[in-house]
Amino acid sequence: MINYLNTLRKGEKAKIESIDAGKEATKRLYEMGLNTHATLNILKNDIGPILASVNGNKIAIGRGLAGKVAVSKIKE
Amino acid sequence: MGNRKIALVGNPNSGKTTLFNVLTGANQHVGNWPGVTVEKKEGKLRYQKNEYDVIDLPGIYSLGAFSEDEIVAMDYVLSDDADVIINVIDSSNIERNLYLTSQLLEMGKNLVIVLNMTDEAEKRNIKIDVFGLSKILGVPVISAVAHKGEGKNEIIKEVVNAILKKKTYDNPIKYNKNVLHHIEHIEEILKGKKIPYPIKWTSIKVVEGDSHVLKRLEESKIGKEAVEAIKDFHRFHSKDSFELEVVDSRYSFANSIAEATVSRPAKEVETITDKIDRIFINKYLGIPIFAIIMLVVFQVTFVIGEEILGGIAAFLIEGLGGLIEKLLMSVNSPEWLISFSINGIINGVGAVIEFVPLITVLYLMLGFLEDSGYMARAAFVWDNLMRKFGLQGRAFISMIIGFGCNVPGIMSARTMDNKKDRMITMFINPFMSCGAKIPIYTVFIAAFFPNHGALVLFSLYALGVIVALIMAKIFNNTLFKGESSYFIMELPPYRLPTIKNVLRNMWTNVSGFIVRAGTVIFAVVTVMWVLAVVPASAEPYSQDSLLGAIGSFLMPLFKPAGFGTWQESVALFAGIPAKEAVVGTLGMLYAGEYMEEGKALVDAIRENFTQLTSLSYMVMVLLYTPCAAVLGTIGKETKSIRWTVFIALYTFALGWAAAVTIYQVGSLLGFG
Repeated sequence: MINYLNTLRKGEKAKIESIDAGKEATKRLYEMGLNTHATLNILKNDIGPILASVNGNKIAIGRGLAGKVAVSKIKE
Repeated sequence: MGNRKIALVGNPNSGKTTLFNVLTGANQHVGNWPGVTVEKKEGKLRYQKNEYDVIDLPGIYSLGAFSEDEIVAMDYVLSDDADVIINVIDSSNIERNLYLTSQLLEMGKNLVIVLNMTDEAEKRNIKIDVFGLSKILGVPVISAVAHKGEGKNEIIKEVVNAILKKKTYDNPIKYNKNVLHHIEHIEEILKGKKIPYPIKWTSIKVVEGDSHVLKRLEESKIGKEAVEAIKDFHRFHSKDSFELEVVDSRYSFANSIAEATVSRPAKEVETITDKIDRIFINKYLGIPIFAIIMLVVFQVTFVIGEEILGGIAAFLIEGLGGLIEKLLMSVNSPEWLISFSINGIINGVGAVIEFVPLITVLYLMLGFLEDSGYMARAAFVWDNLMRKFGLQGRAFISMIIGFGCNVPGIMSARTMDNKKDRMITMFINPFMSCGAKIPIYTVFIAAFFPNHGALVLFSLYALGVIVALIMAKIFNNTLFKGESSYFIMELPPYRLPTIKNVLRNMWTNVSGFIVRAGTVIFAVVTVMWVLAVVPASAEPYSQDSLLGAIGSFLMPLFKPAGFGTWQESVALFAGIPAKEAVVGTLGMLYAGEYMEEGKALVDAIRENFTQLTSLSYMVMVLLYTPCAAVLGTIGKETKSIRWTVFIALYTFALGWAAAVTIYQVGSLLGFG
């Protein structure tokens, strides 16, 4: 099932399916390791940006942008 | 033949600059890349009787047209100026770092890869097949822990070896069929034309739609036809996302290599960083912790920098003044020389030098926070609130850096990749009260608020922040209405900053301050002194002098703000070249006038100001036109004279309006 990154909760794991943001923002996401098929660990999602770990590397993503990143949850 | 050249390329936080320091030691020179405000660090490495030039390129995630940093790095790498490129990779983060590597390989450059911070990777149980990595890429790979100096000799050996071998590489990246077809099509168009970069690489960048490369092509003589053909190509494929497909092929390449050579633990090891972050970026604790840290920074700055070291510096300068005066008198120097030395230089420049300790301490602490990785957390916890003003969290880092000096504050806006965020962040930075304004406040505080110094100072800083946020909101809804922004940022692991790095950064900033004190401020004070003593018929430092005439001319403008004397107007005028000159000029003018009474500057100010006008004066200083260096930086960064003039004028208007409001309302309430 497809979810958006901003709806995931702390502790959940997900795989990026597609990104529907502007070219620049998408490229930036790619460069930070959030390319399609990358797996994420959600570390924090309360107020402010969403914090996810990609290969143990912490990336903060603004809520607006996170809403444009489609992901599928990975069950442990 | 000149020295062989070694360039360092790597992601931010990859320890690239640490490696640069290890390689070059104290042999460094910091300048600017031509035409831009990107810092250029160069150093020299000596090895076996040979000397090599080492160039530290800006930290970047990729080589492209996104930011000035990227363009500088890309152009430099392509220029073939360097004989070898050291690609520094953060070992804990190979997947992402290899993206930049893939771009360097795409260019076919002579490379040496340094896997840095292998100790951190080990702690996180990440295993890297260094030999395998080197074998697959065909590039020498060396593991290192730069901040401990581990791997230094191996790196140097490999680098020297690579220079001798002059290796180049075939582009290993596999693009998809469609993209490949278009790359060939562009190559066909460019064939035989004189282009600034290698043709194969240029064709890839054209398909990718790299705006910098496209611009360069248009500027070079490839002919109208070719330019049009390229434009047609982009027009025709405007709905395709070749850009991302090219990026994706690089990523696939990087990922396939990482998969073959890196193994990560099934469950990530919890690091100290994770533990600290659980508290430091907590929903409720994040901002209070930030406030405490900043409070400590300012408290320590003022206690150590101002009260202890500043007092010592003031004492020394006074002593020096007395000594020089005696010396000059003993050799029967003319009166004007004594007056110039004491009133002009010692009082003027000395007033500025007294604040070197304070600024030193402030930069030490800001540098420590920056290197520790905390600044990224500050941006993170403020993002939510900043968003309400149409800004993003990173703008907050620029604001904090602006407390030290607006020039690096404005330059740090460069890390923001969208134009709106960047422009607004630059436009509001002058309201961040910089280190050079501290001398002005402290003098006024000493004169009128000796018991409430911290409160007044804190209020001024807070007012600056509030005005900045309001203006951000206004700009967001007017000048940059409708432009979108996004926020992506890496939170690097916390690291204990090395003393060397912190000291080096502090020295870059403080020496800049001292050099300014010795040049710009010296020049301003000298000009002011000359203006104050001519014409000869006029009483020096009086209203009859040329300076007095200028001040009298400006006075009506500032009268509504309560600045009653011509000296006050002149000092504001002198503050535009450099803010430090405000106190310097007041020092010179009042010391000149009050010389016979033997009173210090503080006393003079107490006589010429009231509590209310001292407040309106400080607010004026806080908000009005930033110094020439800041305006110059804004000009360079925005590449626009109109924006620069706009900033100079709107800040002045705002400062004036605020000062007038304070004075008028205060008078009405009977505080006059």
